[in-house]
Amino acid sequence: MRITSPAFKENARLALADPQLQQALGNVRSGFIDKRETAVDALPEFEALRDSARAIKDHALQNLDLYLEAYEAKVLASGGHVHWAETAEDARNIILGICRSAGARTVTKGKSMITEEIALNEFLEENGIRPVETDLVEYIIQLRREHPSHIIAPAVHVTQAQVEADFRRVHDHLPVARDLSEPEALLGEARRVLRSKYFEADVGITGANFLVAETGSSVIVTNEGNGDLTQILGKVHVVVASIEKIVPTLEDTAQILRVLARSATGQDMSVYTTVSTGPRRWGDPDGPAEYHVVIIDNGRSAMLGSDFQDMLRCIRCGACMNHCPVYHAVGGHAYGWVYPGPMGAVLTPSLVGVDKAGHLPNASTFCGRCESVCPMKIPLPRMMRHWREREFERALNPAAARYGLKAWAFLARRPALYQAVTATGMRLLSLLGGRKRRLSWLPLGGSWTKHREFPAPEGSTFLRQMKARARP
Amino acid sequence: MSPRDAILAKVRAALKTEAGDDARRRKIMARLRKAPAGVIPARGQLPPAERTELFCQMAEKLFASVHRLKRHDEVPKAVAAYLRARNLPAAVRMGEDPRLEAMPWDGLRAFSVRRGASDGDDDAGVSYAFAGIAETGTVVMLSGADNPSTINFLPEHHIVVVDAASIQGDLESAIAGVRTHFGRGRMPRTVNLISGPSRSGDIEQKLVLGAHGPRALHLIVVG
Repeated sequence: MRITSPAFKENARLALADPQLQQALGNVRSGFIDKRETAVDALPEFEALRDSARAIKDHALQNLDLYLEAYEAKVLASGGHVHWAETAEDARNIILGICRSAGARTVTKGKSMITEEIALNEFLEENGIRPVETDLVEYIIQLRREHPSHIIAPAVHVTQAQVEADFRRVHDHLPVARDLSEPEALLGEARRVLRSKYFEADVGITGANFLVAETGSSVIVTNEGNGDLTQILGKVHVVVASIEKIVPTLEDTAQILRVLARSATGQDMSVYTTVSTGPRRWGDPDGPAEYHVVIIDNGRSAMLGSDFQDMLRCIRCGACMNHCPVYHAVGGHAYGWVYPGPMGAVLTPSLVGVDKAGHLPNASTFCGRCESVCPMKIPLPRMMRHWREREFERALNPAAARYGLKAWAFLARRPALYQAVTATGMRLLSLLGGRKRRLSWLPLGGSWTKHREFPAPEGSTFLRQMKARARP
Repeated sequence: MSPRDAILAKVRAALKTEAGDDARRRKIMARLRKAPAGVIPARGQLPPAERTELFCQMAEKLFASVHRLKRHDEVPKAVAAYLRARNLPAAVRMGEDPRLEAMPWDGLRAFSVRRGASDGDDDAGVSYAFAGIAETGTVVMLSGADNPSTINFLPEHHIVVVDAASIQGDLESAIAGVRTHFGRGRMPRTVNLISGPSRSGDIEQKLVLGAHGPRALHLIVVG
């Protein structure tokens, strides 16, 4: 998909002015947070499980080469095929090759962010193959020719009324007078329309939440059952996953599953956790005849051993964005690529470059809620700060910000001067505040005071007050 | 260099390690064999009767319905009653599981049992669970001719027979059961862990049961 991250500021301005989006975002604020908290409070071992899950992923990443080899050997032993893709383009071509050799005209797809990352749908369409998204909301997104705005609730920006309008527009073979006023009716209609697609499809494509080295299995976690129908009913099942999805054993998978669903949707377990190992066996009455795994690097190996390695622990639960005040205000599309919110603010610069995505790590208040709810304890604010430093080192941020930072650094290294300047500045601002004791305009801070007034400083500086108190 | 080798080389360079590090390899292979258990929640660690009770409670919380029976030969009548109560045709789809075949389906009047994988035209399917998990009210289903995976997903009503004796306290114990059954490192094509009927909460966060999978999950717990 086209990256609009460089236009984050403009995207955010439009998002704030969009009443339908603001209405839909209210559901993020009210829904996810309470559900997660209830589920976490009901499991006394949750904190211990977070530590366990983090240790497992760290261990897997530290030995990723060996676990990848062990995983590959097991997939081959179970009759599956393994393909390796260094880049998104390689991955697209491999998948197209599998579809072509299966003679595929239609492919069904389970929800997968990695296929968004490699822009698979557009590529298949250009090559005469029709991708059909089967996850209810991914289907809605596809009808609207949009992209997901959230990694687990891709259409969280869409209201029910918009879904009804889309279904009436696209399902024009159905009676106009039908009642679609309830979510049940919308879901029922999508279920009926999509049922036949599973049977028509030659290839079913899913992502993977985990690749298990012990058994060569791929694991998906869903609530709707569409991922399962996609992989059981297609003649060929293609699993698309990036290298960091590897976990050593099924027990390790179980540990992480316990924190995944609780952090994502507040469920103890998602409805369907499916462990798939190879193609249809002798005597199996159903299941795919071929099983392929496409393992994608696309920038991950460069994160290993860097300041950003911890980000590879991410299990894509979405808790960070659900708790992010910036995400709540502007939604996912403003971030301009596949991964929004705090995890996107760290991952996007890693994968597409800080020159394109530099605004994202800056769009944070550093309130730290994301890190406090991250089941894998990823230090998201710290890594956003790393990106801000890289951006500064490479002179990518605007000149005013750079000179401002340099001026501040100059002062901060000279305490006496710093105190003199801040004390003078305070007195000046205090005078400017007048009797109202508020400033409606600040030099260099015009865009801040456009929306609220700045309280004028009162009394003495922090350091002077400290000194005064320290005296016996 | 093949893409495979290129990726592995990049990973090794980033980790500052080499391909021929045998000591590290031995450690990793040992960990894979040992499969250490991590933190096991206390919730499911109960004596058998309470464990079964917890399983039923957790399943009902997920909007599955639960019916407890003493004996296996009571199952067909319970299935017929379930269908009748919902005005469904007296017909089910099921696989070749010998435990299902041993049940007195012939004793039901005007009842049809279709064998094999589901073709999408079945209102109700019956499967036999490999295990239950009390911790979360989950059933563990294995693919194959005995219980084809399509029956787990295509019928609107999925009826699952669960032996009370097969109910484990936690997910790890169920995994250990699969490993004992198939041998270390070997798996059936598909293991489905199912926790309640299919659902979506994606339209404005309103929960609706019956997404692409079954609208209803009915558990018959025997023993």
